[in-house]
Amino acid sequence: MKDRVRVIDATKYFDKVLALRNVNITVRTGEVVLVIGPSGSGKSTLLRCVNRLENLNKGKIWIDEDEVTKPKADIRKIREEVGMVFQSFNLFPHLTALQNITLAPRIVKKNPEKQAREKARALLNRVGLIEKADSYPGQLSGGQQQRVAIARALAMDPRVMLFDEPTSALDPEMIKEVLDVMLDLAREGMTMLVVSHEMGFAKAAANKVVFMDNGEVIESADPETLFNRPQKERTKRFLAHIL
Amino acid sequence: MAEVKKPKIEITDGALIPGKDSDAVFSAWRISFFGALSLIILLPIITPDPYRRIIAFLPDGILRTFEVTIFSIFFAFFLGLITGLGRISRIKIINRIATIYVEVIRGIPLLVQIFYIYYALGRFLKIPDIASAVIAMAVCYGAYLGEIFRAGIQSIPKGQMEAALALGMSRSQALRRIILPQTIRLVLPPVGNEFIALLKDSSLVSIIAVSDLLRRGREFASRTFDYFETYTMVALIYLVITLFLSRLVAIMEERLQKGER
Repeated sequence: MKDRVRVIDATKYFDKVLALRNVNITVRTGEVVLVIGPSGSGKSTLLRCVNRLENLNKGKIWIDEDEVTKPKADIRKIREEVGMVFQSFNLFPHLTALQNITLAPRIVKKNPEKQAREKARALLNRVGLIEKADSYPGQLSGGQQQRVAIARALAMDPRVMLFDEPTSALDPEMIKEVLDVMLDLAREGMTMLVVSHEMGFAKAAANKVVFMDNGEVIESADPETLFNRPQKERTKRFLAHIL
Repeated sequence: MAEVKKPKIEITDGALIPGKDSDAVFSAWRISFFGALSLIILLPIITPDPYRRIIAFLPDGILRTFEVTIFSIFFAFFLGLITGLGRISRIKIINRIATIYVEVIRGIPLLVQIFYIYYALGRFLKIPDIASAVIAMAVCYGAYLGEIFRAGIQSIPKGQMEAALALGMSRSQALRRIILPQTIRLVLPPVGNEFIALLKDSSLVSIIAVSDLLRRGREFASRTFDYFETYTMVALIYLVITLFLSRLVAIMEERLQKGER
């Protein structure tokens, strides 16, 4: 399997505060990599550097053969091919669910309206929300909004999907419906980099779990090994809190 | 967290926007509006002299007031939008120019600005009186509207821009498709209020030979010495117009908010 995402020696400061220190992570094509760690450990920052919502101070990030971090990189082209799902959904409140999904394919990829709509309907069907096509985000529950947000990202045919704590703003009864959609995606071979503490999802779908603390990767392994036989003291302490 | 919080801008000046009590049969708005309207209708019937003559003399002025107001609103809106965008621009020089414009214009009374454009600049280039009035009002209100647009744009959650960028949109696409449509909804009540305030302030242009409602009233009164009756009528007409418009703004606001639900 080829490497889809390579993060090499990523270092990032906010003003003087270190957010990432020499982070190395590889996500192979079709793999699901889960990043866990206490808040402020740099997980979200790492994700946001992959699609250049933030810029690294040092280090490189590659997606397939394209270097994301080089100064002349076509950032918009990269973002087209990197789907992102946010903790707070960030659906566009003035557009219907369907319009949320069709907008970027239409104005960024210049797909014809009809084609974009057909694809959006297929995606809504896939996330189980076809009957909500004409609803506005304000009329949807949190879980439904997040599923529309996933469909919105998928509509761009991304090479990799980034999930930034996709279920942590949700009520417990809505978490499952979102995780089910993510599990489906994983099964179909989508390459995913996920920041989440959902152990069930990790065990069912993750090929690798990375534990970060204070902007550093402490250790990474397959879920079974990392959760049951962590090597580092810090990992053990963190897992004791969340397991 | 599942609830999307809707930001709201508080109303500062301009006319009153009807609140929750506006459903009451005897709401403040209804008493004022219909009270003023009935006086305008009844006074000429009860006391034909001089009210009937006043009523016949004023319509030209009302039309002129509308003309100045509508042209001023049109230009002020675009000036305000450009200024608001300039104020949030990442390009320093644009940002600075927009900020200086707002600071300078807001620091000079509108009446002085009208004098300045008509009389002071009149020494170098002759600007017709109505054009002077429209320029002065648009330039002045453009600065105030610019601040409303800026506040509106900045109150849209950061995640909206990020989500748009993450989908591959350019900043200008994101502004046009995502940020501005939400901003317009948000700023409609305060912008509507500024328009009403503008209509009232348009009475200031009566001093530079624009024969608006107030000017016509003054002409009539100075000829007939019916000061009390004339200015009563003028005040009532302004009141009916602004109350009507404030109601219109409130209805538009309600509609837009329903569309978002």
